Amino acid sequence: MNGEPLVRWDWLFAHLGPIADRVGQHLYLAAIAVSVGFAISFALAALSIRRRKLYPFVTVLATAAYTIPSFAMFAALVAITGLSVFTAEIPLILYTIVLFVPNIVAGFDSVPWDVLDAADGMGYTSGQRWWRVELPLAVPLVVAGLRLASVSTIGLVTVSAILGDSFGGLGYYILDGYHRHFTTEILVGGLLSIGLAVIADLGFVLLQRLLTPWAARRAVGG
Amino acid sequence: MSSLGPPAGYTGAARSLGAASRTGAAALEFRGVTKRYGRGEQAHGAVNDLSFEIPSGAICVLVGPSGCGKTTSLKMVNRLIEPTAGEILLDGVNVLTEDVTALRRRIGYVIQQVGLFPHLTVGRNVAVVPALVGWSKERQWVRADELLSLVGLDPASYRSRYPYQLSGGERQRVGVARALAADPPLMLMDEPFAAVDPIVRERLQDEFLRLQRDLAKTILFVTHDIDEAIKMGDFVAVMEEGGRLAQFGPPDEILAHPASDFVARFVGADRGLKRLSLVTIADLELAPLAASARAGLPTFSPSTKLRDALSVLLAADSRGGVALDEEGQPRGLVTVDAIASALAEDRHAATAASAATTGVSGAAGDAKVAAAGGDS
Repeated sequence: MNGEPLVRWDWLFAHLGPIADRVGQHLYLAAIAVSVGFAISFALAALSIRRRKLYPFVTVLATAAYTIPSFAMFAALVAITGLSVFTAEIPLILYTIVLFVPNIVAGFDSVPWDVLDAADGMGYTSGQRWWRVELPLAVPLVVAGLRLASVSTIGLVTVSAILGDSFGGLGYYILDGYHRHFTTEILVGGLLSIGLAVIADLGFVLLQRLLTPWAARRAVGG
Repeated sequence: MSSLGPPAGYTGAARSLGAASRTGAAALEFRGVTKRYGRGEQAHGAVNDLSFEIPSGAICVLVGPSGCGKTTSLKMVNRLIEPTAGEILLDGVNVLTEDVTALRRRIGYVIQQVGLFPHLTVGRNVAVVPALVGWSKERQWVRADELLSLVGLDPASYRSRYPYQLSGGERQRVGVARALAADPPLMLMDEPFAAVDPIVRERLQDEFLRLQRDLAKTILFVTHDIDEAIKMGDFVAVMEEGGRLAQFGPPDEILAHPASDFVARFVGADRGLKRLSLVTIADLELAPLAASARAGLPTFSPSTKLRDALSVLLAADSRGGVALDEEGQPRGLVTVDAIASALAEDRHAATAASAATTGVSGAAGDAKVAAAGGDS
């Protein structure tokens, strides 16, 4: 590329401030998508657990949403919600549902029946049983869903850069670097985005360790 | 009841009636209890017109082949399953009229798979019911430690462990401790020792019987294993397919006088030998023993079961053995003939015991008065 070095360190050091801002925006966009997606998915999962017949429909719809290309969805949404944060968030939120719902449902399904039988037999009310037994025991698989959704969303946030300069987080640098044939920008955007995904994933692993000290991490003899 | 002598299998109830006042055990009565699934033509009975009564402080074992409705019967007591018809009376009060949550919190519940909460430490598992009924944290901890010691687990090393760090036998002990935590007057135990290996099972059974001697809880115990039923029960309720009660009585009576072909088949052709496991050397009338005749004979401690003694005598091809007293001093001569005649005598006692069961409601009533007196 015109004999330029792969990384222009001078550019990098001159732009630390804006890069930090983009990291912040990236995390902000991803955090909204993951938390709103989680709330919606939790409700859908709760519904699917109560009414098993609805579960296949929920799964089909969530999967269908996932098949829509993100470019297409952004383009379609601009006509409705304009260049607002909704346009960026709605696809990101929809994509998380297919990752969350099956994990949340599996988490509650994984609670052993004998534990539920014991809880009922000892006089837990249904509310107490849910808060004190089912929810804590569903945590490992729910957190597995959070890991998947956050890694996936952090990657996808970059695509929202096509909506304009005020979106995309680190995706801005990827797009800008592509237009300007400026590798340094592409590398900064791409590698930092990967780095954020890895950090988020490790964060959730740590969270899970803290939340579930009771989970057997290795087989114990006897 | 003392006038009846020591009919094996009934001694438990007699012994516990006295203790009932201390711990507040409750009498339990099934009155025409029926559970049907389905409606109309398709309706089939899981439990059919079940009626029997357990005096407070006694262990009653529901035993029968799989599908006979024994677990269904047990789960109707704490209303995990609601009966279609009939009444279940706990100290005279129909459980169907009570608040279901409050009812369950005062009934201990132990199941085969234990159902320990994997996310709670052993100590918090034990303290689950005290926590539900609002004991202070400190009282919960004290109680949990007390119960862990009671079931033979050192609180200091076990209270902070998680269930996955326990062996099957240890889990089962924690399960029993948890069921005892709020000092319930009634315990429901559904195949509590079935999931552990035979050696551990026997140890847990023995320990539980030893505990029960002090606790004197009223216990409804379900098993498919007739040997366990005979060992654990003050009363045995044999159930057959269709959820019918085939026979109810002290174990010795069931073994000595099976009420039907089904019961006879279910208890097995070796029911005579099984009866011998209900009687110990201490209960046996002994022939006098000359000091010179002792040499080379096998010896038996007072707690040796007649079944084991007979086995030793037959294996040693010996005409007799020496019964020892608690201090290990010779007490008299045990012979195969003496054991055989004990079986005949015992049959006589069993008939007397059977007469006593019909009077059980009176005895339970007495115990209830005693319990009420002790509680107030």
